[in-house]
Amino acid sequence: MSKYTEDDLREELKTKEYEYGFYTDIESDTIPIGLSEEVVKTISKKKGEPAWMTDWRLEAFRIWEVMKEPEWANVNYVKPDFQAISYYSAPNKKPKYNSLDEVDPELLATFKKLGISLDEQKKLSGVAMDVVIDSVSVATTFKKTLSEKGIIFCSISEAIQEHPELVKKYIGSVVPRTDNFYAALNSAVFSDGSFCYIPKGVKCPMELSTYFRINQAGTGQFERTLVIADKESYVSYLEGCTAPSRDENQLHAAVVELIALDEAEIKYSTVQNWYPGNAEGQGGVYNFVTKRGLCEKRAKISWTQVETGSAVTWKYPSCILKGDYSVGEFYSIAVTNNFQQADTGTKMIHLGKHTKSTIISKGISAGKSQNSYRGLVQISSRADQARNFSQCDSLLMGDECGAHTFPYIEVKNNTAKIEHEATTSKIGEDQIFYCNQRGIATEKAIALIVNGFSKEVLNKLPMEFAVEAQKLLEISLEGSVG
Amino acid sequence: MELKEKLISSFWGLDSSVEVADHINDLRGVAIKIFEQSGFPSKKQEAWKYTSLNKIVNQDYSLESKSDKTIDFNQVKKYFLHDLDSYAIVFIDGVYSAHLSHTTHDGMDICLFSAALTKPKFRAIIENYFNKAASKDSMVSLNTAFASEGAFVHIPKHKAVEKPIQIIHFSTGHDSTMLLQPRNLIIADENSQVQIIERHQSLNSHPVFTNSVTEIFGERRSRIDYYKVQNDFEEASLIDHTFIKQEAESHCSVHTFSFGGKLIRNNLNFSQNGERIESTLKGITIIGEKQHVDHSTLVNHKAPNCESHQDYKGIFGDQSTGVFNGRIMVDQLAQKTNAFQSNNNILISDKATINTKPQLEIFADDVKCSHGCTVGQLDEDALFYMRTRGIPKKEAQGLLTYAFANNVLESVQIPELKQRINKLIANKLGVNIGFNL
Repeated sequence: MSKYTEDDLREELKTKEYEYGFYTDIESDTIPIGLSEEVVKTISKKKGEPAWMTDWRLEAFRIWEVMKEPEWANVNYVKPDFQAISYYSAPNKKPKYNSLDEVDPELLATFKKLGISLDEQKKLSGVAMDVVIDSVSVATTFKKTLSEKGIIFCSISEAIQEHPELVKKYIGSVVPRTDNFYAALNSAVFSDGSFCYIPKGVKCPMELSTYFRINQAGTGQFERTLVIADKESYVSYLEGCTAPSRDENQLHAAVVELIALDEAEIKYSTVQNWYPGNAEGQGGVYNFVTKRGLCEKRAKISWTQVETGSAVTWKYPSCILKGDYSVGEFYSIAVTNNFQQADTGTKMIHLGKHTKSTIISKGISAGKSQNSYRGLVQISSRADQARNFSQCDSLLMGDECGAHTFPYIEVKNNTAKIEHEATTSKIGEDQIFYCNQRGIATEKAIALIVNGFSKEVLNKLPMEFAVEAQKLLEISLEGSVG
Repeated sequence: MELKEKLISSFWGLDSSVEVADHINDLRGVAIKIFEQSGFPSKKQEAWKYTSLNKIVNQDYSLESKSDKTIDFNQVKKYFLHDLDSYAIVFIDGVYSAHLSHTTHDGMDICLFSAALTKPKFRAIIENYFNKAASKDSMVSLNTAFASEGAFVHIPKHKAVEKPIQIIHFSTGHDSTMLLQPRNLIIADENSQVQIIERHQSLNSHPVFTNSVTEIFGERRSRIDYYKVQNDFEEASLIDHTFIKQEAESHCSVHTFSFGGKLIRNNLNFSQNGERIESTLKGITIIGEKQHVDHSTLVNHKAPNCESHQDYKGIFGDQSTGVFNGRIMVDQLAQKTNAFQSNNNILISDKATINTKPQLEIFADDVKCSHGCTVGQLDEDALFYMRTRGIPKKEAQGLLTYAFANNVLESVQIPELKQRINKLIANKLGVNIGFNL
């Protein structure tokens, strides 16, 4: 029998190095560090944006200038110096590929290391990928199949050029520039991102996915994603992140806006595995993300996230349930290890009648990490018959980590039904004993229990992504996921 | 003049004729400085996010009672648990009323805080306990700066007090609007036992603003049951701070019944400083009109093998607002902690609001902590069932609501008080509960 105990696991977690820390040598076109109106103009000019977009960015920059960094989150970190970051970097070799053969071999090798080689993905899983390396989209596949259906799936810079009417109408409509410090910053300097439009009545035949990577040292990544699902359409969107090992803190301040028009459904899944810093808590990515979706009548938005990376995570994917009978869902696993800090959760804003929301959040903390759930459920006075169920469970491994729950529940309607539950515990010795008794080694038992603990959320991930998610989970909790 | 300035200037003009120890004067000086710096809490502070004091602090208050007032016992008899033999400490507009009170120094001290402050024989106790459990935030500091009157209870070792102690604050509303700042100090020595009922009662609908602080010390193996009955008229506002410091193997429970007042804020802080401690926090809130009740609890688990139980029920009608802000903190040392928290609310009007924020902050791994929170309505099926059996709708609603709140009452140890609370609940719900529990 193996003598694998929780202590061993803890030890292993402590010493586990980030496997995917590597650096791809691609020449980059980086502009000088610092942020000013000039820089914003330069970014806009480099991307050849129309005047309305430049003005929109400048307005955002002015808003950002007078805003203060938020401090309410339960995280401690060295504040980034916004004048020491380069706000634009794009791979030098401007690629326009028709097939994979034309892609920079070094780039392909990068993806192979991650185990998500493009060709394999293309052949086996039928996933169309809008690959983003350092802010500029370098490859778009399956575009043809999608365009036949009338689906627009491209980088946001392309969308600004080719579909300005859509971008103009929806950008900033869910996350206004004034929303928060990082949203304003992103609006001013966003370099690229993805744009997706599903026309009326269309069910997107495949999972749309983009992979983000931070590549250039000291480059902040400011992604902007805009997904619009027109009436009665459906789309499932995947987003996954890995980043190379860096000692400097890198800033990631993305904005994701989802718009689900009447009876549309959007499923947005994220696997986040940015560099979490080393075992001493040095380095790592700051992940300050604003994600929000707007639901019109009978629309549904479902957020699923697996958060394993980043030194500091600050992320609240939210749903504004504006239309009657709309549905919001949030499924999350957040794993923190070593000195990682995560303050994550969701906001469900019930405005329409008969709106429903479900929140399932699982936090696993190990090492010296701090894991917080922070959520808001708000029922406005007109939201008759609104329904919410929230469940937040935390699992603690080791006595130096912390798990925290900060749910906010605000109800202004007497027909609302709200339930909230939270539990905190460690892996029960009796559970492990029970498994041992039946001949299951401790290691396997821990794996079983952790797996079971997060199953509810893992099950919500699309098939193609589940494998990826497990791979990424392994990095944070290897030895416990079987 | 703003209330804040008025308070500060009146502090420096305080009558120093009452001799107190130097260190008390120092404490007061520090406290007023804290208040001067931070002022009244605003909604911008996380702890006061849902409760605004603006309306209250923008009124003009007189800080001292102008004349001695006496109330005829028959007038206030109904507010006493008269069928219960008890000690009583009664204040009228913040002034001690000797003829309504029943204090003792026989084998234990149940007397006035002002007496304890000034008499030399209490000097050591005051030095050891006064302001030792209280936090240093602005409202508490304001009270500390002016602390001069209230109840003082000191139960010596191995003494079980044979009858409950009632602490009753009446406000007559004879003067203009009053600001009252009572300060209570309760010390239960090793192995002692005491039951205390605290009641705030206004006698007519003049505005009164009470900023009360109570410090409770439960030494080893002591047992303390503390009941708060808040049934003021609609113009009265109460900010109550209760700090409980428990030592090993002590049991302490606090029940809060909030039925009245314009604005009530209850800050209830438990600090567990030894092993095998049990803390119980329970409350029933039934309000209507434009009333606002805010429960803010904190249980700080600092040592292993302790338990805490929280159970708060709220029933909100008309345009009332309920706030529950419960925090459980578990230190890294506090392994094997069991901490439970539940907050259930019923909204019976479409203009009522409930904001609830149950929080867990946990730094130890071998613990069992959970919280649950619900907002809902009475069960339609149950209502229908009762009505088919000939129970009028209102009665049926009352019964169901009563049943909803009832399990909080189960742990009330004083039968007479239980009976009284039952009646208050029935009155509040406008039903006649024809049975005794």
